[in-house]
Amino acid sequence: MTKAKSPKTKGSQEKSSAGATAGVLTGELARRAYRTMLEARLLEEKLAALYRSGKIVGGVFLGRGQEALSVSLGVHLRRGDIFAPLIRDQAGRLAFGDTILDTLRTYLGSSLGSMRGRDGNIHRGRPSEGYHAMISHLGAMVSTVCGSLVAKRFRGEKGTVGATCIGEGGTSTGSFHEGMNMAAVEKLPLIVVVANNQYSYSTPNDRQFACSDLLAKAAGYGVQGHRAVGNDLVDCLTVIGEAVAAARRGEGPQLVVADLLRLVGHGEHDDASYIPEALKKSPLGQDCLELAKQSLLEHDWLSEEEAVSWHKAVEKEVEETASKVLREPAPDPTEEDWNAFASLGRNL
Amino acid sequence: MSSITYLEAIRLAQQKALKEDPRVFIYGQDIGVFGGAFKATKNLAKEFPGRVLDAPISEDAMVGLAIGAAIEGMRPIVEMQFADFSTCGFNQIVNQAATLHYRTGTPCPIVVRLPSGGTPGSGPFHSQSMEAIYAHYPGLVVMTPATVEDAYTMMLEAVALEDPVIFCEHKFLYYHLKAEKLPKFPGEELPFGKARITRPGRDATVVAYSAMVHEALAAAEELTQDGYDIEVVDLRTVRPIDTDTILASVARTGRLLVVGEAWPWGGVAAEVVARVATEGFGLLDAPPQRLNAKETPVPYHPALWGTHRPTASSVANSLRQLLEL
Repeated sequence: MTKAKSPKTKGSQEKSSAGATAGVLTGELARRAYRTMLEARLLEEKLAALYRSGKIVGGVFLGRGQEALSVSLGVHLRRGDIFAPLIRDQAGRLAFGDTILDTLRTYLGSSLGSMRGRDGNIHRGRPSEGYHAMISHLGAMVSTVCGSLVAKRFRGEKGTVGATCIGEGGTSTGSFHEGMNMAAVEKLPLIVVVANNQYSYSTPNDRQFACSDLLAKAAGYGVQGHRAVGNDLVDCLTVIGEAVAAARRGEGPQLVVADLLRLVGHGEHDDASYIPEALKKSPLGQDCLELAKQSLLEHDWLSEEEAVSWHKAVEKEVEETASKVLREPAPDPTEEDWNAFASLGRNL
Repeated sequence: MSSITYLEAIRLAQQKALKEDPRVFIYGQDIGVFGGAFKATKNLAKEFPGRVLDAPISEDAMVGLAIGAAIEGMRPIVEMQFADFSTCGFNQIVNQAATLHYRTGTPCPIVVRLPSGGTPGSGPFHSQSMEAIYAHYPGLVVMTPATVEDAYTMMLEAVALEDPVIFCEHKFLYYHLKAEKLPKFPGEELPFGKARITRPGRDATVVAYSAMVHEALAAAEELTQDGYDIEVVDLRTVRPIDTDTILASVARTGRLLVVGEAWPWGGVAAEVVARVATEGFGLLDAPPQRLNAKETPVPYHPALWGTHRPTASSVANSLRQLLEL
């Protein structure tokens, strides 16, 4: 199922990450990224437990194994940027400013959460703050982020970027194609990060696309392409840092493709029995959180003691927040205004 | 005396919106220098540089872009080249634009213009009336102007509303329908969402919208020769639907015929009949009737097309039957 890396596509604008990004990665950034990965992992473990105990209805969709890639985008974005995360982006969401509290509120359906029980789980955001709330239809957010960037261009804003994430399966949609092409035509400062986790739900890549390398699409769209090692935090931070910087400099859309493996099912209802053991044991199946910790220790950016104390602190925050949210009021159908319209303050 | 067409009214309304509101921009295929397939944006790209933008043939992404821009405070108008092609942008319209405010509290003020309805020789893919399918989704306003003045007024209303608006402009009316002047104070005559009694009468009510209003008026005229006085109600918007005006009319006449150019199945005419049957059953002296297009794709040949859609003569026949019930 792992796809052989093809030689660089002729005419592609793929950038090598090595050497191109000196100075972007600092210990401070890596520490922040690791801490956020840890928050995402422990928060998601709690979400899974709440799902199994029947406290969360619908579904739980985890990003286990994809935290390094996701967080690397989130930490390179800043206030004023646009971010439309997808389902396995808990880490990127937290890095962009989403909170453990609002995640739990949305999953548990608290009336105090940003979605007020009207939508749940990963379908959350605060669009008016640049944090788009994904719809389930894959590829749709690419053009939506383009639109927000067009608005910023109309206002004369410079230096802000927009970003969205998608899986390799999502690249098969017409929406993805239309959005990428549109971003390229308009030369928008858009970063699209493709997490090639080898399976779209249960469908392996050889039933999803026939090109030898998803990054070849960058040349097809006329955008810059970047390849990252999906479970290597330092590489993801470096490569995505360069992609975001290029977009900020006005070099147009950037496509990042990273190979990795989802270390859980599509959702917590799915045991992922279709992923072969050999693949799980391959380098692709190595846990990015473990690898990140080793890397930070080796760089002397983190000590063992800190790692332990961070783990405890995050665990405590997650537990305390979950206990608080579990006591919060559910939405009351009798208080709900049942109004889908904004204009007249009543349903039309 | 100069006269203004329905199409020119839409162009002038967009010009006014661009002029008065810096948040407005227009996005669509061939709408820039070329001025649009029907010339609804003629000269606007020149007059408003950078604000009337050619789009790639990507209806899904066109609507997606409008939504993202609206989130950031813009007032985009998207021109679909034909209503029929809005199916390629359907997902963004019904799943993103229509749900955004309910889900997140952030409004989605976009206008999607749909050159709608049949004209001779246009065939199955350039003739469709899509209003019912969009009106089905909570969160979408659906406008169906039948007059030059309404085309102008309602386009300005559409841009001003906080909600996504599907603006169904009828291609058959583009050039045929003319007015001497446009309203000086748009919206003064009727508020948003209000139907109009276009022709008062006492013997039966015809509820229609868009091009069918004119077929209904011609039929009503024909029936004066039989001594009947027919009331014609123009819905103007199909969502919201002005049930009050419809019920008040039926209370006066006791008989209802609803005419729609679209297919009957789950359509606007079915909705009107259902509302009158449930809320105004006691007002009816006869079973409520509807007249729609035949249930096949819209045919190409003018002879077939002219029979496929309701016409003044088929509306008149339906009315005669209704009046005998």
